[in-house]
Amino acid sequence: MNRRVLSKDVGVLRRNASQRKLYADLATHAVLTVVCIIMLFPIFWVISTSFKTENEVENSNVTLVPREFTLDNYTHILTGMTNPNGENLTWIWTRNSLLVALITTAIGVLLAASCAYALSRFKFRGRRGVMIAFLVTQMFPGAILIVPLYNILNDFGLLNSWPGLILAYCTVALPFSVWMLKGFFDAIPYDLEEAAIVDGCSPFGAYWRIALPLTLPGIAVVSFFNFMTAWNEFMLALTLMDGELNNTLPVGLRGFIFQFETSWHYLSAGAVLVTIPVMIGFFFAQKYLVSGLTAGGVKG
Amino acid sequence: MIKTRMAYYFIAPAVIVMAVLVFYPLFSGINLSFTNATQANVLQRSPIPRSGKCIKAPISPVAPTVVGNSCITPATYEYVGLTNYTTILTNESYQFWPVFQQTVVWTIFNVIPHIGIGLGLALLLNRNIKGRTIYRVLLILPWAVPSYISAFVWRFIFNGDIGFLNNFFDMQVPWLSNPNWAMFSVIVANTWLAIPFNMVTILGGLQSIPGDLYEAANVDGANTWQKFTSITMPMLRPVMMTATLLGVIWTFNSFNIIFLVTEGGPFRSTEILATWAWRYGFSQRPEFGIAAAFSVIILVILIAFSLLYIRVLQRPGQEAI
Repeated sequence: MNRRVLSKDVGVLRRNASQRKLYADLATHAVLTVVCIIMLFPIFWVISTSFKTENEVENSNVTLVPREFTLDNYTHILTGMTNPNGENLTWIWTRNSLLVALITTAIGVLLAASCAYALSRFKFRGRRGVMIAFLVTQMFPGAILIVPLYNILNDFGLLNSWPGLILAYCTVALPFSVWMLKGFFDAIPYDLEEAAIVDGCSPFGAYWRIALPLTLPGIAVVSFFNFMTAWNEFMLALTLMDGELNNTLPVGLRGFIFQFETSWHYLSAGAVLVTIPVMIGFFFAQKYLVSGLTAGGVKG
Repeated sequence: MIKTRMAYYFIAPAVIVMAVLVFYPLFSGINLSFTNATQANVLQRSPIPRSGKCIKAPISPVAPTVVGNSCITPATYEYVGLTNYTTILTNESYQFWPVFQQTVVWTIFNVIPHIGIGLGLALLLNRNIKGRTIYRVLLILPWAVPSYISAFVWRFIFNGDIGFLNNFFDMQVPWLSNPNWAMFSVIVANTWLAIPFNMVTILGGLQSIPGDLYEAANVDGANTWQKFTSITMPMLRPVMMTATLLGVIWTFNSFNIIFLVTEGGPFRSTEILATWAWRYGFSQRPEFGIAAAFSVIILVILIAFSLLYIRVLQRPGQEAI
């Protein structure tokens, strides 16, 4: 008798619990869907605008999808933006941005890898100090260093030059790369290198021939994020570079807003073109970003 | 870990470059903040004119000399002690206190929703529901958009005449032209930008909480709320501490969103210390000494805040790094 009552009660409880779980799941789906719509709307809006005609964009009757679908904005961005000398500005800005981003990435990763390896594998005096220094510099970006950087680059005649801008970008890329790469090295077991060292390999050989090849995926991810930082950077490029032909893509595109206050249709097409390659890379690299950052921190 | 002197060779390149690129500018900036450096009296560099002789600029007290292939006028600024600091803090035309107040408002009203919404979404994504990977990827997409592009887009959405919000909902809200609304609008834009990072960081923290803690709590008959307050929150504390500290520092220093969405306006109402300092350095008549002093003040505020924050919230035996 007692047992039966009990099992019946448990059954009711279970049913209640599974029903509650169902409601909670439905509520979760509902909230997440609404939040996704809000979060993705600006992206959707700029893509939609990029296919609209100027008239439709300027009209106060808002259309969510283009009434009249056009590719003219893209054509204009890719071929129509020329200066009086007939130079295609979009192409020049893109080339500038690519050049700076690629060199920054290469320098950042080259210098950071060995440092990150040492922080991950070796015990030495000042190790903790170096790690804190790298972390702190990562916390105090742009706004504080920009005035002295400007003056130092001016002193060395590097203002408005690509080496100058690349050096400035390294202040951001280097500490970030060290921190991230340390996390990746931490994730590789030390046994292989230890065995190699026992067999007479030098510490540098163990790093170069064993650890580095194993970390290649990590290096790819860190490279991508360095590239993205430089590709997206705005303030330093605006301040340190001068002249239409020396602009990077962000600064050049910004000129749009102020030159032609209402060219939102062109601007949207430009925004889509700039964002797509970054977004594709980000899609593949995103899951490593957080694990890399936290791993670097947790394993201290 | 092995102990070896080799380590120093490994770290030397990165450490030297960092010393040159970050610590030297840092000290040079502090040094500059004690001088009356302006655009007119720093080192001037110009190409040699056709005549082959360097021409002295009317504003400069010293004559230029030929160095390499350009004319160089040496810097002539002088040390002025703490003048820049006292000027900034006491002279009302430098607007330090109003801008500082705006910076604090901007930081607080950004970081609270960043962490709050980030935590809420992370808790939802941590539930075992179908399709959560898809939600997660969709929700972090704003992170991939370059921040200057996001700024353009939000400026467009908030536009009073042809903007989406006013037209779609048939409103007349002065999103960017009224001081209070402008602050609200830039905070919305910046929150949109910051949620993915906070969400993913907190989600990482949630997923590293061992599942057997919850199982033990279930055996003890704990309800959802009790599990949340006595397992989830305490275990999440280190991650939340780090996320909040980073959030405060990044928001305090953020430049792109404000500079590109409102340009600090209307009537300087959305200007924060980072953008304000930049104006002194790079406006029509740059005052580098003043701008450097502004930067040092920002740095001191942030260091003081970080130390206080860590000291107040750190529990014994728990280290931040």
